[in-house]
Amino acid sequence: MAQLFHPSTNTFSKATIFGGVFILAALAWLWSVGIRSPYATGVDVVRDQPVPFSHDHHVRGLGIDCRYCHTSVEKSAFAGMPASEVCMGCHSQIWADSPLLAPVRESFRTGRPLAWTRVHDLPDFVYFNHGIHVAKGIGCESCHGRVDQMPLMRKAASLHMEWCLDCHRQPQTFVRPLDQIYHFGGQPHADGDDLVRQFGIKKEQLSDCWICHR
Amino acid sequence: MSHPPSESAGAAAQPGQGSLSAPVIEPGHTFASVTDKISAIVLSRQSPRSWFVGFAISFVLLMVFLYATGYLLATGVGLWGNNVPVAWAFDIINFVWWIGIGHAGTLISAVLLLLRQEWRTSINRFAEAMTLFAVACAGLYPLLHLGRPWVFYWLLPYPNTMGLWPQFRSPLVWDVFAVSTYGAVSLLFWYVGLIPDMATLRDRARRRVAQVVYGILAMGWRGSAVHWHRYQVAYLLLAGLATPLVVSVHSIVGLDFATSLLPGWHVTLFPPYFVAGAIFSGFAMVMTLAIPLRAVYGLEDFITLRHLGNMAKVMLATGLIVAYGYLMEAFFAWYSGNEYEWFLTINRALGPYAATYWSLIVCNVAVPQLLWFRAVRRNVPLLFVIALVVNVGMWLERFVIIVTSLHRDFLPSSWDMYYPTVWDLAQFAGSIGLFLTLLFLFIRFLPVIAIFELRELVHDTEEGHA
Amino acid sequence: MTLDPTRRDPRAPAPLARAGEAAGGLAPGNRAYWRSLEQLAATPEFRSFVEREFPRHASEWHDVSGRRNFLKLMAASLALAGATGCVREPAETIVPYVRSPEQAVPGKPLFFATATTLGGYARGVLVESHMGRPTKIEGNGEHPASRGATDAFAQASILSLYDPDRSQTVMFRGRIDTWDRFLTTLAAELPGLVNRQGKGLHLLTGTVTSPTLADQIQRLLGRFPAAEWHQYEPLGPDNIRAGARLAFDSDVDMLYHFDRARVVLSLDADFLAGMHGSLRYARDFMQTRREAAHKPGAGAPMNRLYVVEPTPSLTGAMADHRLPLSGGRIESMARAVAARLGVEGFDGAGEAAEGVWDRWLAAVAEDLSGQRGAGLILAGEGQPPGVHAVAHAINGALGNVGRTVEYIEPVEARPRDQRASLADLVRRMRSSEVELLVILGGNPVYTAPADLEFADNLSRVRLCIHLSDYYDETSFLSHWHIPAAHELESWSDARAHDGTATILQPLIAPLYGGKTAHEVVAALSGEAQRTSFEIVEQHWQERLESQEPGAAWRKALHDGIVPGTAAEVRQVQWSPASGTMDDALREDQAGDGEPVEIVFRRDPTIFDGRFANNGWLQELPKPLTKLCWDNAALISQATAQRLGVANEDVVELHVGKHTVDAPVWIMPGQADDTVTVPLGYGRWRTGRVGEGLGFNGYAIRVSDQPWTARGRLKKTRRRYPLVTTQDHWSMEGRDLVRVAAWDQYERQAGHRQPNGDAGGGDAGGGPAAQAGHGPAAHGGHEPVSLYPEYPYEGNAWGMVIDQTACIGCNACVVACQAENNIPIVGKEQVGRGREMHWLRIDRYYEGEGDDVAGLLGNPQTFFQPMLCMHCEKAPCEVVCPVAATVHDHEGLNEMIYNRCVGTRYCSNNCPYKVRRFNYLQYVDEKTEVLKLLRNPDVTVRSRGVMEKCTYCVQRISAARIDAKKENRAIRDGEVVTACQAACPTQAIVFGNINDGTSRVRALKELPLNYALLDELGTQPRTTYLARLVNRHPRLGAAPIAGAQRGERDQEGERTGT
Repeated sequence: MAQLFHPSTNTFSKATIFGGVFILAALAWLWSVGIRSPYATGVDVVRDQPVPFSHDHHVRGLGIDCRYCHTSVEKSAFAGMPASEVCMGCHSQIWADSPLLAPVRESFRTGRPLAWTRVHDLPDFVYFNHGIHVAKGIGCESCHGRVDQMPLMRKAASLHMEWCLDCHRQPQTFVRPLDQIYHFGGQPHADGDDLVRQFGIKKEQLSDCWICHR
Repeated sequence: MSHPPSESAGAAAQPGQGSLSAPVIEPGHTFASVTDKISAIVLSRQSPRSWFVGFAISFVLLMVFLYATGYLLATGVGLWGNNVPVAWAFDIINFVWWIGIGHAGTLISAVLLLLRQEWRTSINRFAEAMTLFAVACAGLYPLLHLGRPWVFYWLLPYPNTMGLWPQFRSPLVWDVFAVSTYGAVSLLFWYVGLIPDMATLRDRARRRVAQVVYGILAMGWRGSAVHWHRYQVAYLLLAGLATPLVVSVHSIVGLDFATSLLPGWHVTLFPPYFVAGAIFSGFAMVMTLAIPLRAVYGLEDFITLRHLGNMAKVMLATGLIVAYGYLMEAFFAWYSGNEYEWFLTINRALGPYAATYWSLIVCNVAVPQLLWFRAVRRNVPLLFVIALVVNVGMWLERFVIIVTSLHRDFLPSSWDMYYPTVWDLAQFAGSIGLFLTLLFLFIRFLPVIAIFELRELVHDTEEGHA
Repeated sequence: MTLDPTRRDPRAPAPLARAGEAAGGLAPGNRAYWRSLEQLAATPEFRSFVEREFPRHASEWHDVSGRRNFLKLMAASLALAGATGCVREPAETIVPYVRSPEQAVPGKPLFFATATTLGGYARGVLVESHMGRPTKIEGNGEHPASRGATDAFAQASILSLYDPDRSQTVMFRGRIDTWDRFLTTLAAELPGLVNRQGKGLHLLTGTVTSPTLADQIQRLLGRFPAAEWHQYEPLGPDNIRAGARLAFDSDVDMLYHFDRARVVLSLDADFLAGMHGSLRYARDFMQTRREAAHKPGAGAPMNRLYVVEPTPSLTGAMADHRLPLSGGRIESMARAVAARLGVEGFDGAGEAAEGVWDRWLAAVAEDLSGQRGAGLILAGEGQPPGVHAVAHAINGALGNVGRTVEYIEPVEARPRDQRASLADLVRRMRSSEVELLVILGGNPVYTAPADLEFADNLSRVRLCIHLSDYYDETSFLSHWHIPAAHELESWSDARAHDGTATILQPLIAPLYGGKTAHEVVAALSGEAQRTSFEIVEQHWQERLESQEPGAAWRKALHDGIVPGTAAEVRQVQWSPASGTMDDALREDQAGDGEPVEIVFRRDPTIFDGRFANNGWLQELPKPLTKLCWDNAALISQATAQRLGVANEDVVELHVGKHTVDAPVWIMPGQADDTVTVPLGYGRWRTGRVGEGLGFNGYAIRVSDQPWTARGRLKKTRRRYPLVTTQDHWSMEGRDLVRVAAWDQYERQAGHRQPNGDAGGGDAGGGPAAQAGHGPAAHGGHEPVSLYPEYPYEGNAWGMVIDQTACIGCNACVVACQAENNIPIVGKEQVGRGREMHWLRIDRYYEGEGDDVAGLLGNPQTFFQPMLCMHCEKAPCEVVCPVAATVHDHEGLNEMIYNRCVGTRYCSNNCPYKVRRFNYLQYVDEKTEVLKLLRNPDVTVRSRGVMEKCTYCVQRISAARIDAKKENRAIRDGEVVTACQAACPTQAIVFGNINDGTSRVRALKELPLNYALLDELGTQPRTTYLARLVNRHPRLGAAPIAGAQRGERDQEGERTGT
C-alpha cells in the first residue's frame, strides 16, 4: 500500500523529539529573564506625576538635604512626603507663579492634597522600615540609586525579594558610615565588617522572615 | 508464584489440570486469529452498546468532576468538610487510594516482566493504562487540596525572584518528586510497549485518519530485526527503572504520615505496609476491570482463569501483609505504653468512627480469606465481588488512618468531628468518572492486550503442541 | 465580616420558629455537640449517633453562598490562577498632608486617654490611633477601674465604632430626615413646654454617672420643674441599692478591697467579671494569690474564696469551694451563716443545716470569724435586698467595714429604684400624660419587663424621640430617631465604680453623623447650637482650678482621669428598716409544665443585648458553655435527665402568662431545678449580624421577679442547632491542667532551690513535684535529641501563663482579635470547627468520682488559655513544603502568610492545634469602612493560608527597632503582647527568658512552672504555672488534676519524638 508519510517526516520527527528538550530549556530561560526585566519590574520607568518634580535640581543643584522634605525618614517606617506647605515654604517666593507649580499652589489654597504616583511600591505584606535602615548605615542611594541625577523620579532596583536578600545576607558590602547616609556617589566602603560590628547588626537575624513579613 | 515459562508452556498442553497448569492462552489460536480478535475491538466501526452506556455514565461523572473543581477553585477548600483538627480528609484519602491502585499496573508490567511471567502479557497492557489513569487522578488531589492551588509551583525547586527553595525536609516535597517520576516512567513504559501494536493498527486501519494517527504514534515502526532488538533493550531497561518505583512511591506516601508526631501516623511500619496495601488494592482494581472486560469483548481466551487465579493469590498474600500491619499498629500502641497511641487505638475501635474501622477489617481482612479456596479463585463472579469489597476496604483504611487519627489527638479541647460535604463526594465520584472515561477511551482506541506479545505466546503454545 | 450565610441572610440560622425543620437531620450545626455529656451518660442517642457515620451529607446544598455568581467567581479565580506569574501591581498614590498636624509622625501610632462605659460606669482606656483612625483599645494604667486592663466589651467596642450597620441618619416615622428638621420640630415644642412648666416632658436615660449630663439634666429640670427624669438599666443594681437602703436607710455604694481580704464569701456575686469595677476587683483579688504563689515559703498568705450561686459564673469557677444553690435558697443560707457567726438579730435564722450544708457553713463561719477585719461577704445584683442586708450585717459585725469594704457616696448622679421609675413612666404613658418622651440611649421596647407592655404604651405618647446607635426596636416605634455618636466619636465624661471621673474625648469625627446625649439635651434646653465639646469643656473648666488657664483640663485629658473626683467614704449606721427583710418569691400557680426556678443573667459576651450586632462578641465563646452566636436555657444534668431533655432540645419557658421558646444546654455545676436564661438575644432590629439569633429572655422577665422567677418548663418536639467551640470537656486523665493544693505546695516548695530542679527527682506525685522540673527555659524535660541544642543568644522570647490567676474572662481573646486583624467566620462555619481565634481559652471540668452526678453536679472548672506555644522544636516547621513556617533567631515560630500554599500539614502536626486556616475568604474585603479598623502593622490574611499566634511580632519588631536605634537591649516589659496587656489579673507574662532579671524568667523558675505535652519534646516557649487551690482542710482536698500521673514523666522519654 502507499506510503503514509513523506520521507522528510523522519527528519522532522527526530528534530522535534530531540529539539524538544532544548526548546523547553530556552523557554524557561526566557521566562526567568522576562520577570527580571524592566518591563516586569518597572525599573527606570518614569511615572507621570502631578508636578514634574526634579530631585536632580533640588538635591544636586540646590543641595537640599533629603530630610528637609522626607522628614520622618529617621523616626518612622515611612520616610514621609512633604506637605504642600513645605513646598510653598520656598515656592511662595521662588517660581511663585510658575505654571508647573500650579497644582501645589492649588492644593495649598484649597487644602486638597496632592496625589503623587508611587514609584517604589512594595507589596502590602512587606514591612520595610526606613528608620532602622538609615540608622544602621544604609544610605538612600543603596536602594533609590542616584536620585541626585534623576530629573524625574524612577525606580533604580527591582525590589524583588532576592534583591533585598542580597543586602540582608551580606550587609557588610552595603553599609556606609552614618555621615554618608544622605550623600550620593560615595565609594563603596572598605571595612564593612567593622561597621556591621559597630552598628551591632545581627547578620543571621537579618534573614529571619519576620524581619520583613508579619 | 513464579514458575519457569517452560512449565507453563508445557502445561498448556494438558489444559484444565489445576490453576497452576491452566493455560495462559486457550489453545487453537493462530497469529491471525489473535491479531484479528484484539485489533477488531479498536478498528471495528461500532462498539457494543455496553461501551456506550458505560462511557456515557463515566462522562457524566467527569462533568461532575469539572464542575466541582471549578467551584472549588472559585470559593476555596472550605467547600469540603475539612476543619481544624481534621485538616486532611477526602482529599488526601483519595490521593492515597488512587496512587495505591496505580501500583498493580507497574508491578505486573515491570516486575513480572523481569521475572519472566508470561501470564502477565494479556493483562499488562490495560493494567499499565489503569496505572497511568490512576496516577492522573491521584496527582490532581494534592493540587486541588491546596489552599492556594495557583501557587502550587512553589513546591518545585526552580530559580525564582524570591531567592527561596522548597523545604526539602518536608515529605510533601518528596511526594512531588516521587509522584511525578512515577507518572513519567509509567507513561514512557506504557507508550514504548504500545509502539509495535500501533504499527499493527496502522497497517490494518482502513480509514486514512486512523492510519495517520496510528502512524505517527508508531514512530515509523517497521518491525525490522533492529527495531525488535532495540525495542527489547529499551523495554527491559524501562522495566528495571520502573521496578524500584513500585516500592518507592508508596513508601514515600507512607512517610507523609510516618514523619509526623500524630498518634496513628507516627508509625515506622507505614512504608512497607503502605506498599503492600497499594499492591493489594491495585490487583483488586485490575480484577475489577479485567472481569467485565473479558466478558464484554469475549477475551476469555486471553484473560484466562489462570490470570484471575494468580491475581487472586497476589491479593491474598498482600492482604495478609496488610492484616499483619493492622495487628502491629495495635500492638505497638499497647506495647509503647504511650497513652495517646493507646487512646487512638481504642478510639478507632469504639469511638464515633468505629463503624468505618470494623467495616475496614471485614473488607480487608475477613473477606479476602475466601481466596484460600480454589473454588472461590475459579468462581469469576465471586472474584469480582471480592475485588470490589477490597477496593472499598482499602479506601476505608485510608479514611481510618487519616480522619480518626486527626479528629481526636492530644488536647481534648480541640477534638472535633469530620463530616464530608456533597462537594467531597462530588469530587470523589468525579475523579472516578475521570478514571473510567480515560479507560473507556483507551479500550476504544488502543489495543487492550499486547497483540505482539500474545503472538509470541501463540508461538510458544504451538511449539508446545509440536 | 465573612462570606458565610449567617451574615448574608440575617434570618439564617433558622430562628426558633423554624427550628423544627432546621433540625431535620441536615441542618448545619445539628451535630452531636452533646456528645461528650451523652457519651458519659452513654444514652441511646449517643450510641445511635455512633452508627450514623455521616449525618450531614447534603447540608451544603442549602448554604453555598453565591452559587449564583458561580461563573463570575470561577472566572476570577481561574484568571488569578493563570495570571499570578505575570500580573503587574496597579499604580498606587501617596497623598501627603497639606499642612502637617502637630505630633503626628506618619507611620507611628498615637495614644489618647478616654473611657468606655458599661451600664453608665467608666473603664479608663488608651486608644491607639493610626493617622487619625482608632484601631486598638488598651487599658489606662492610671485609671482606678482599669489599672491597665480591659474587658472583652471594651476591646470589642472598637468594632462597634466602625460597624456599618450603625444608624447613619436621622429618621422621622421610619423615613430619612435631617437633624435640622428635628431641631425645628423641637423648637416648635418648646414654647408649649415652657407654658406647661415642662409638664408632659419625660426623660428616659440609662444609669447616668456623667457629671456634665447630670448637670445639664438638672438645669433642664430647673427650667421645666414639672418634667420627669426616669432611668432604667435592664441589668441595673436596684437590689444592691435596696439592700443598702434596707441596711442603712440611706443610699450608699460599696467599694471592695479584695487585696485586703483573706476570706471571701460571695453570695451569687460575680465580682471577678460581672460587677462595676470587676476589672479592678479581679486584679486585687488575684494579686494576693499571685504574691503567695510566686513566693512559696515567704509566708505570704493565700486568700480563700467561697461561692454560693445558682448558676456557674467565672467567680464560681475560681472558687476554692463552690456550692450550687437555687436562687431562692441563698437568703436562708446567708442568714444561717449570720446565725453561726452570732450576728445579733440573726440567731437561729436560716434553714436547718445538715450534711454538706453543715460542714460548709461550719467551715465558712470558722474562716470568717477567724479573719475578723480581713473577711468579706458580698451579694450579687441578682439577689434580693434581704441578702444584701445580711451581707452588710455580717461585714459590720466582723469589723470588715472600713477594711475590706468601704461605703461611699453613690457614684450615680441620681440613685433611683429604676424598675419603679420605669413602671411609673409606663403608668403615665398608659394614661396618655406623656406629651414628649425623650429616650437617651437604651432600648426599652426590647429590654423593659414584659408585663409593662412598653411597646404598646409607647403608641400613646404624642411625640417620642429616641437617641440610639442602632435603628433598633425602640427607634422603630419612636417618631424621631437620632443616630447616637459612638463613645470614641464623642466628647463626654463618666465616673468609675469609685467615683473617679474621666473625660471622654473623641478619636475620630462621627463616622455616621451621630449626636451625643449632651447635644440632644442642649437642644431640649434651647441651646441647639452648642456642641458637646463646648458643653463638656465648659463644665470642667468651671470646676478645674489651675494656675495657667486650661492646664488642668489638658492634664485631665492627657491622664484620662480628673484628680480628686473619687467619691467620699461615708460612715454608715446599721439600722435595718424592719419587716422588709425577706421577700419570698411568689409561687406561680396555674398552667402545666414542670415548675422550675428561672434565673436571669446578663449574657457573658453581649451583655444586655447592646452588643448584639458586634461580630467579635457574637463569635466569642461564652466562657463556660463555649457556645457562640446563640444563648440557651442552662439546666443541670440531673434536671435534664429528670425532664428527659437533651442539649438543643427546644423547651417552652413560662412565667405567668409570658412565654418563650428556648433551646436547652446542659450546664455542669448548675443548681438543680434552676433554669438560667441569659438575656440579650432574640433581637429583631439591630443589624445584619445580630438579628434572629437566640431567644429573647426579656419576653418572660417580669418587673416583680426581675432576677429570680418562679416559672414552668414545657418540653416541645423541636430542636435548635447550637454551636460550640469546645465539644469535649474532660481532660481524659491527661496531664493538661496541673493543680496543686496550696498548703501542700507551700510545705514542699518552701524549702526548694528556686529553679525547682528538686522536683524532678522525686516523681512521687506530690503536686509541687509534678509542677516543677527541668530547665527554666522549657519548664520541662531535658530535651532528648540527636542534634545539638541551638544556642539562643540575645533575646529569647517566652511566655508564662498563670492558671491560678486566669479567670477565663475572654478579654485576651478579643484583644488578640483586635490587634491581629482576625476575622470572624459566622455560626455555620464555627459549627464546622473553623473558628479563627489565635488565642482560645480551653475549659475543662474535673469532679470527685467518675459518675455523671459527681462530675457534672459541681465540678471544678479549669481555664487554660491556648495559643501558639512557639516550640523550639516545632513540629509544624519540618512538614511545611515551602518553608512558610520557620524558626527565627529569637526562638519565634514564624508564620509567613504570603509564602503559604495551604497544605495544612502544619496544623495536622501541631499537637496543640493552635493553627487556624482560612478555609474561605473570611476577611471582609468589600466593606470599605472596615478597612479603617485594621491594624496596619499586621498583614490581612486572605483565603487559603494558615495563620496563628505570632507573640504579637509587630510589637516585638517595633520595640527592637527602637532599641537598635538607641543601640541598647530591649528592656523587660518593653514588649507587651495584646493578650498580656488586656489581662485583668496579669495571668500572662511575656518577655526575654535569657534575661536573668526578667519577670517571665522568674516565673519560669518557679516550681509551679510546667510545659504542656512536655513529653513530645516540642520544648514550648509558652509554659504554664500550675493552678493553686486553697481548700479548707475539713472540706476535703482539692481534686488534683493529673495527680495520678506519677511516672508519666518518665514515659515521656519513650514517647519523645
